[in-house]
Amino acid sequence: MDVLLPRTLEEALELRASRPEAVPIAGGTDLMVEVNFDRLRPEAFLDVSRLPELREWRIEDDRLFLGAGVTYTRILRELPQLRALAEASRGVGSPQIRNRGTVGGNLGTASPAGESLPVLAAHDAEIGLVAAGGRQRWLPWDAFITGVKATSLGPDELILGARWRPLDGPQSYSKVGTRNAMVISIAMLCFALDPAGRGVRVALGAVAPTAIRVPEAERQLAAELERAGAWDDLAAPLPGGAAEAFAELVAEAAKPIDDVRGTAAYRRHALRVLARRAVGWAMEQRADEAMVS
Amino acid sequence: MLIKIRVNGEWREADAWEGASLLSFLRDDLQLPGSKNACEQGECGSCSVWLDGELVCACLVLAAQANGREVGTVEGLADGDRLHPVQEAFVEAGAVQCGFCTPGLVVAVTDLLERDPSPDEVTVREALSGNLCRCTGYQKILDAVHLAARRGGEVST
Repeated sequence: MDVLLPRTLEEALELRASRPEAVPIAGGTDLMVEVNFDRLRPEAFLDVSRLPELREWRIEDDRLFLGAGVTYTRILRELPQLRALAEASRGVGSPQIRNRGTVGGNLGTASPAGESLPVLAAHDAEIGLVAAGGRQRWLPWDAFITGVKATSLGPDELILGARWRPLDGPQSYSKVGTRNAMVISIAMLCFALDPAGRGVRVALGAVAPTAIRVPEAERQLAAELERAGAWDDLAAPLPGGAAEAFAELVAEAAKPIDDVRGTAAYRRHALRVLARRAVGWAMEQRADEAMVS
Repeated sequence: MLIKIRVNGEWREADAWEGASLLSFLRDDLQLPGSKNACEQGECGSCSVWLDGELVCACLVLAAQANGREVGTVEGLADGDRLHPVQEAFVEAGAVQCGFCTPGLVVAVTDLLERDPSPDEVTVREALSGNLCRCTGYQKILDAVHLAARRGGEVST
C-alpha cells in the first residue's frame, strides 16, 4: 500500500490522474473503520485532509461555497446561522468524529444515512468536482449521488465542495436514533421555508437509497400557506389538518427498508412525526418573527 | 513507511505499515500504550488524543496523515509523578472502575475544560458523548468533571 500526501489541490489532482486506483481519504471516519476491520485494502490512499483549497468556505454572490474539507466542528463554530446545516452537523457522531468528519466525506461515501445530505438536497445544492488542470464540473446533488454508496465521481476527479443559495426562512433538521450521539440515523428530515420563492422544501435521509425530496408534500404545504395568506402575514395560522396531510405525503414518499436499526413501518411512522413537528416549529419561528417585527 | 510525529512535545519516528492507524502507530511502534484500543471504529473514544490540538479518535486517523504533525496523548498529561488535575479528580471521585475507558475520558475532559472551564451539565454530557464506559460508571465520571472544574485546573499539592 502507498500513501500519497499532497500539499496542494494541484498536486493532489496530478496524483489522482496518475494513480486513479488511490482512494481519497479525508477525515477517515468511514474509511478507517473498513481498514481496521480488514475490509478495505486499497493499493493506495490519497490524503486530501491537508488541501487548503478544500478547507475553506465563502460567499460567492448570493451563494455559499462549502469546501469538501470543512469539518462538522467548523460548521458549528463558523456557520451557526445556517440553521439546518448546523443542526445536522451537531448530530454527527461525537466531538471526536465532528473534528475529523467533513461534508466531502458524506458526499464521497454517499451513505443513505449521511447527515448533511438531506440539507444539501433541501437547498438544491450543486456538487463541484475538479480534475487536473483545474477542469471543474458542477452537478445537481441528485446527479452526483446516484444510489447507495454510488456517485458520479470520475476516476480523475476530487470533490471540491458544494454550493447553494441559503434560504432565509425558518428551517430545521431532525433525526431519529437510539440516542443523541453516535448513532447511524433511522430517519432524518430537513425542512425549510423559502419565503422569497414562496416555497417549501422537505428532504429525507436514511429512508431510501439516497436522500430524497418530496415535491408532492412541498406543493401541498406551499398551497396551504398561500391560501392562508401566510406568505404575507407571518402571524397567519395554518389551517387545521394541513400539517397532518403534509406529514402523510412525506411518509408515503419514503422508500424505507427493514434493517437492524429499525423496520420500514417504524421509519414511516418516525417521518410522519418529524414532518408534523417540523411544520409546527416553522410556524412557531414565523410567529416569533411576527412579534418582533 | 517512515512516519515522524511530534508527540507530547518530542519528535519521534518509526517505520510503520502504510495502512496503520495513528492508534496502532502510537501503541505498537512508539510504545505509548496509554491510548486504548477497544472498538477500532470511533464509537468508544478510548483512543482519544489530540491531533494539532483537536480531539480525535486515533483509531480513525491514518498514521501517515499525522506525519509531521503534533499529537498529544494521555502520557503527556502528568508531570512526572504529579498527576494532572483531571487525573487527580478522577482518582478522588472514584471515577475509575476497570480503567479501560479512563485514558480517553481524561483526555476528552481535559479538552473540554481547556475550552470551557466551567461547563454546565448538558455541555459536559455532549462533550463526553463519544466516550463509552462499559462499567457504566458515568455518574462518578461526571462528578470528577465537576470536581476538576471547581478546582479550576489548579494542581493541588
